[in-house]
Amino acid sequence: MSLLKGDQERLMASNKTYWKNIDQLNPDDEVVQKMEQNEFVTKLPEDFLTDEKTLEDSSTSRRDFLKYVGFSTAAATLAACEGPVIKSVPYVVQPEQIRPGIANYYATTIGDGFDFSSILIKTREGRPIKVESNPDAPTLGCANARVHASVLSLYDTLRLQGPEAEGKDISWDNLYLQTGAMLKALSATNKKVVLMTPTLASPSSQKVINNFIKVFSNVEHVVYDVISSDAALNAYENYYGIRGLADYDFSEVKVLVSIDADIVGDWQGGGFEGGYAKSRIPKGDDGKAEMSWHIQFESNMSLSGANADHRVPCTPADQKNVLAYIYDSLTGSSSGSSLPNSIKESADKAIIRLKAAGVNGVLVSGIEDETAQGIVLAINSWLKSQAFQPESPKLIRQGNATSVQKVFKEIENGTVKGLITVGVNPVFTSANGSKLGKAIKNLEFSLAFASKKDETSEASKFIASTPHYLESWGDYEMKSGHFALSQPTIRPLFDTQQFQDVLLRLTGENTNYYDFIKEYWNSSILGSSSWSAALHDGYFSNGKSAKLTKPNFSAIDPRGLRKASAPKMSLVLYTKTGMGDGQQANNPWLQEFPDPITRVSWDNYLTLSMTDANALGLKNTNTSNGALNGSYASVTVGDTTIKVPVLIQPGQANGTAGLSFGYGKRLGLKPEMQTGVNAYTVYENFQKVQSVQIKDAEGEHEFACVQLHNTLMGRGDIIKETTLEVFNTKDKKYWNAMPQVSKNHMEFDVTSPEVDMWQEFDRSIGHHFNLSIDLNSCTGCGACVIACHAENNVPVVGKAEVRKSRDMHWLRIDRYYSSAASFEGDNETKDAISGIGDSLSTFGEMEQASANPQVAFQPVMCQHCNHAPCETVCPVAATSHGRQGQNHMAYNRCVGTRYCANNCPYKVRRFNWFLYNKNDEFDYHMNNDLGRMVLNPDVVVRSRGVMEKCSFCIQMTQKTILDAKLKGEEIKDGTFQTACSNACSTGAMTFGDINDKESEVSKLLEDKRMYHLLEAVGTKPNVMYHTKVRNTDDKTI
Amino acid sequence: MTINRNWKSYLYFSLIIIGILTSLPASAQSDDAVQAGKKLFNANCAACHKLNKRAVGPALRGISSKYDREWLYSWIKNSTAMVKSGDAQAVAIYEEYNGSVMTSFLQFSNDDIDNIIAYTDYVPPAPAMTTAVPVVSGQASGGISNSIILVALAMVFVVLVIMLLLVQRTLIRIAAASGVDITPPQKPKRTPLWQAFIQNQFLIIVSVILLLLSSAYFAYGFLMQVGVDQGYMPVQPIHYSHKIHAGANQIECKYCHSSARVSKHSGIPSLNVCMNCHRNIAEYNGEEDLENGYTKEFYTKEIKKLYTAVGWDETNQQYTGETQPVKWVRIHNLPDFVYFNHAQHVEVGEIACQKCHGPVEEMEIMYQYSPLTMGWCINCHRETNVKVENNEYYTKIHEALSKKYGVEKLTVAQMGGLECGKCHY
Repeated sequence: MSLLKGDQERLMASNKTYWKNIDQLNPDDEVVQKMEQNEFVTKLPEDFLTDEKTLEDSSTSRRDFLKYVGFSTAAATLAACEGPVIKSVPYVVQPEQIRPGIANYYATTIGDGFDFSSILIKTREGRPIKVESNPDAPTLGCANARVHASVLSLYDTLRLQGPEAEGKDISWDNLYLQTGAMLKALSATNKKVVLMTPTLASPSSQKVINNFIKVFSNVEHVVYDVISSDAALNAYENYYGIRGLADYDFSEVKVLVSIDADIVGDWQGGGFEGGYAKSRIPKGDDGKAEMSWHIQFESNMSLSGANADHRVPCTPADQKNVLAYIYDSLTGSSSGSSLPNSIKESADKAIIRLKAAGVNGVLVSGIEDETAQGIVLAINSWLKSQAFQPESPKLIRQGNATSVQKVFKEIENGTVKGLITVGVNPVFTSANGSKLGKAIKNLEFSLAFASKKDETSEASKFIASTPHYLESWGDYEMKSGHFALSQPTIRPLFDTQQFQDVLLRLTGENTNYYDFIKEYWNSSILGSSSWSAALHDGYFSNGKSAKLTKPNFSAIDPRGLRKASAPKMSLVLYTKTGMGDGQQANNPWLQEFPDPITRVSWDNYLTLSMTDANALGLKNTNTSNGALNGSYASVTVGDTTIKVPVLIQPGQANGTAGLSFGYGKRLGLKPEMQTGVNAYTVYENFQKVQSVQIKDAEGEHEFACVQLHNTLMGRGDIIKETTLEVFNTKDKKYWNAMPQVSKNHMEFDVTSPEVDMWQEFDRSIGHHFNLSIDLNSCTGCGACVIACHAENNVPVVGKAEVRKSRDMHWLRIDRYYSSAASFEGDNETKDAISGIGDSLSTFGEMEQASANPQVAFQPVMCQHCNHAPCETVCPVAATSHGRQGQNHMAYNRCVGTRYCANNCPYKVRRFNWFLYNKNDEFDYHMNNDLGRMVLNPDVVVRSRGVMEKCSFCIQMTQKTILDAKLKGEEIKDGTFQTACSNACSTGAMTFGDINDKESEVSKLLEDKRMYHLLEAVGTKPNVMYHTKVRNTDDKTI
Repeated sequence: MTINRNWKSYLYFSLIIIGILTSLPASAQSDDAVQAGKKLFNANCAACHKLNKRAVGPALRGISSKYDREWLYSWIKNSTAMVKSGDAQAVAIYEEYNGSVMTSFLQFSNDDIDNIIAYTDYVPPAPAMTTAVPVVSGQASGGISNSIILVALAMVFVVLVIMLLLVQRTLIRIAAASGVDITPPQKPKRTPLWQAFIQNQFLIIVSVILLLLSSAYFAYGFLMQVGVDQGYMPVQPIHYSHKIHAGANQIECKYCHSSARVSKHSGIPSLNVCMNCHRNIAEYNGEEDLENGYTKEFYTKEIKKLYTAVGWDETNQQYTGETQPVKWVRIHNLPDFVYFNHAQHVEVGEIACQKCHGPVEEMEIMYQYSPLTMGWCINCHRETNVKVENNEYYTKIHEALSKKYGVEKLTVAQMGGLECGKCHY
């Protein structure tokens, strides 16, 4: 080793071993080695010219070839001579608010029973084209990836176009006549009818239903949450008297203990990531910066676990034990614990920290057990946790598992004679679906309100086609006292009616739902406030809080939790970030969205730990082109067996397996979208944890996994991270070192003009855009990826193409695992390496680290380098640099040499291998008239053979500039946005003008955590990153 | 004979003149009233009333014979009050016109109203046909003499030709008789021109080069105009004349193309914009262009097409609700990969519409005036200065940039208007 000790130490600090795939830990893996060396994943076809025999046998001679070329050139020239006649049809009477070319925004709310949030809808010429968060809304004003994608579901060609009876189209009048008569007959004989809805959280709909039940007294209303939060709801109801969920605000938290609560995911309705991310940024003076400490006990690797400082993989039974242990320790009734040592150690840490933090600590849990949830409430009350806000319960989960199960039984045994389902699909989403489906077919009366054909509506006599939420009126009470309104942003595309309108008419009320809501709001909610103002804002708070009982936690008995023991193998069901409960399974954006953790698109799978997979003989293999294959396993829960592909997940707790909901649907889906397996079939008794037997099954599954695509060619220092202790005690040069380069035996920073090959262009005048990405607050949620898709007309390419690493995402979120559990540990291990032989064996040992790796997310898009390598190699100057810092891409000039993509060190350029729109070979939204309505008219739809990439949303920055010119005013900071920065609800992405010295982004540029990707390459990017700081040191307690 | 006729027509003519002159003093006073009434009518009434046809309100010709003069005074001054007071006639007319309220004209004196009524009662005398007689006869006589002269001249020429032929024949006979040989001498045989051309290699090479150059020139010209639709003048479903609207009537471009002020699109006006004026303008009364067949009837027929499209029932003066949106043929087509913003050019840059669209106010049929090629855009961006006055957005940038380039005024190009990404995204 010729390096001096100091140099070595410095390099160590930034040279942690990162890996994206387990195979990378194996130094003998040929595929990975080859991919590291060779940037072309498939071999170039170079032998075809030397292969004379094939050439001679070919039926196309050289002459034929020339003939074809000549003919097609001539034909193309002739065809180009005559331009098409384009017709323009203006309005007869133009609506006042519509101006061609100008976007209108409407505030509305999504509430589909799973996702609830206040949003803004961007419409162009009357078409909704994009969803944005409503930043002013006080509750749930943040849209996740699914909500961002929901606008595309509006333009789903498979939506029901009108009401049906017994599979035949009928008119609404006819439907009213028949259903009304049947309901009256059932009511007259007092036969039980069940009205099954998801959580509506809608006060006016509740009143509609109440009125309906007043008229038809034989109707019982049952709330069916497809994915249940029953335990937490019961616990809250027990102690506070209202069916709701305690709210949390994590923004000021110092210590966060989470036992299987995916707080940045879908835990208890989601929406916590904004506050969570705030607490994750180190704040405070130099040397005394503070950030929250987050420990996560969980089985599957969740987004929250990936973001945690300490992640403790443990089985569901151990999670219960941990909770009981913490409770006992905090209340002083310690009674020993059977916890394994490693987990106990971590639990002890959590206890010490929680005690120290007091009001700044909080404990949350996703364990589906009423006692456990009660304990959580008790602990937080005992801590007087400021993050814990039980006084304003969230009302976006209302389901009652017991009554739903009772109703299912009654339907099967014939006690229930009629069933009305509203937007729920129990035949698909319940464990005994097929049995239930048969029973529904035999009912006297069944009416399904559905927007798409599904398993339940298929079994029902009548189908009432319902509109998409963007075509509907609605209201929500997200939290007690916090209301939201939704309004139509487009006329109904099909012959649909809202279920509230239908119920109102069946009740005999002569009013429509819009008038009903307005009347209800004016009389019960608004007080003296204006309806129009509330509708304009999309939300309204009247400050009324719910009447709660004072909780008494004295009767809590954690004995059941202490005794919990694990079966040989537990299956833990979860929801994927992209698919959620699976309502939008026919949405190609969500299907192609790579899961933040596994980076697999178009599938669900059984996640297993390396150890368990090895024991069961299950394998993952990488093929030479970077695609991933996995063995099948047969998974048996009770009497049900399903065949699932296996994905080995680093960090999966031994003895557990994960499987996600939302896939496996067949009805109402295009053939391409019919992917994965249905996990609801093993969701017995609404318990997400099931005892399971797993066996090797035949066959190998082909995944569309993007994790090994676009290899970094061994440039591993793309992620920089440090620990809070190092961040506070050491100099920036230690943990965020600027690479040096030697010139005339002098060391220079690589960014120094002294060592620059290029002439610097003066960018100090006008705007100079920069995007800042904070790796501390980026949770990897992927909302930006979908927002980018929607804003920039990014095509969907399909599973087969993704597998060939031809995905078109302009913005990818790279996920890196790092091997050592602690930073020092990593350094020590590497310090101890002497010689190559030893290093091989040490890296081999690091494989064990895959049991519990650290995770880092890094969104990567075009870095808009000021010295862009792509620009210099383009033979036709199709890509060039703008003064405002954006790297321009003129699609019409591009001839598709792909030199730029080869020369890009960040691998962010995407090539159109095919024409993805108006092409019969593909069947996604760009290939039908309805789906094309979602396209953004300000961005070109690219054609085959053209390179494309992130443009820094130049259409948005230009719009801002043009608007300012039109108004004649200066541009204020915060006005410049890109689709991704706009979608980021954690504030990890900040976009702005660095020539405005007061702007947030220019302050971020001066931050000491700031670094650029691959600084050593000297590209001078306009995207900056902020070093990830982990709070992993035990010394700072 | 002609003299005799002319004398007679003069006599008639002078008789008529004397007749008119003698009748003039008698009608002078009422003529003043008619003129004053016409002015008032056009300024105040014409928006809703026509003389001979029902519009928003009833036709006004001969209105004085239908209603009592005093009743008319009070109706015109304040019709609403009359309807309220329950006057039978007033209520009847109010209901006949679907409750549309007539504007009150309190500023009118009774004299003003008398003048208007005088105008509405005035029937212009039918044009006197007699005066046309002498003119017609004069024209007729001139026409006849011209053709006679032409025929006579032709006859003279024919006679001359025949005479010449006869002379030549006689001369040949004389020559034959006197033994003179008049056969032309034989020419020596020469190589034909084309053979000489083929034999001259230099000429061939030069002409081949010329041929190649000229065909290359034409091929280049042909290829460069592929996709350039300068002069594109499609036939539109309704013959809309910019010449009449923007030219003769001087309607501001952005009155109809109002989106151009705020949006990237200038917008084709929706039909309700047309109806702002055409609710009252049901027929064309302007200048005609007979050569091209643009008669008054032609234009009026085009206005009827608008009524069909927008669903306007002329007789009942109301919308039927049956619309047939007009499918205009789009003339200016930019490719999808170009971003062009009207508002920036029209409002921020204060560029006249005519700069790109040409003399629209003179175009009977609209056509594409400019080539709309990238070179054309770029040239303009190189030459045009940015309008920075009174625009706060530019204040700082302009100060810094003009210092950098050392110029008073910045061109669009200096502002960065030539960057690819400014128009292509």
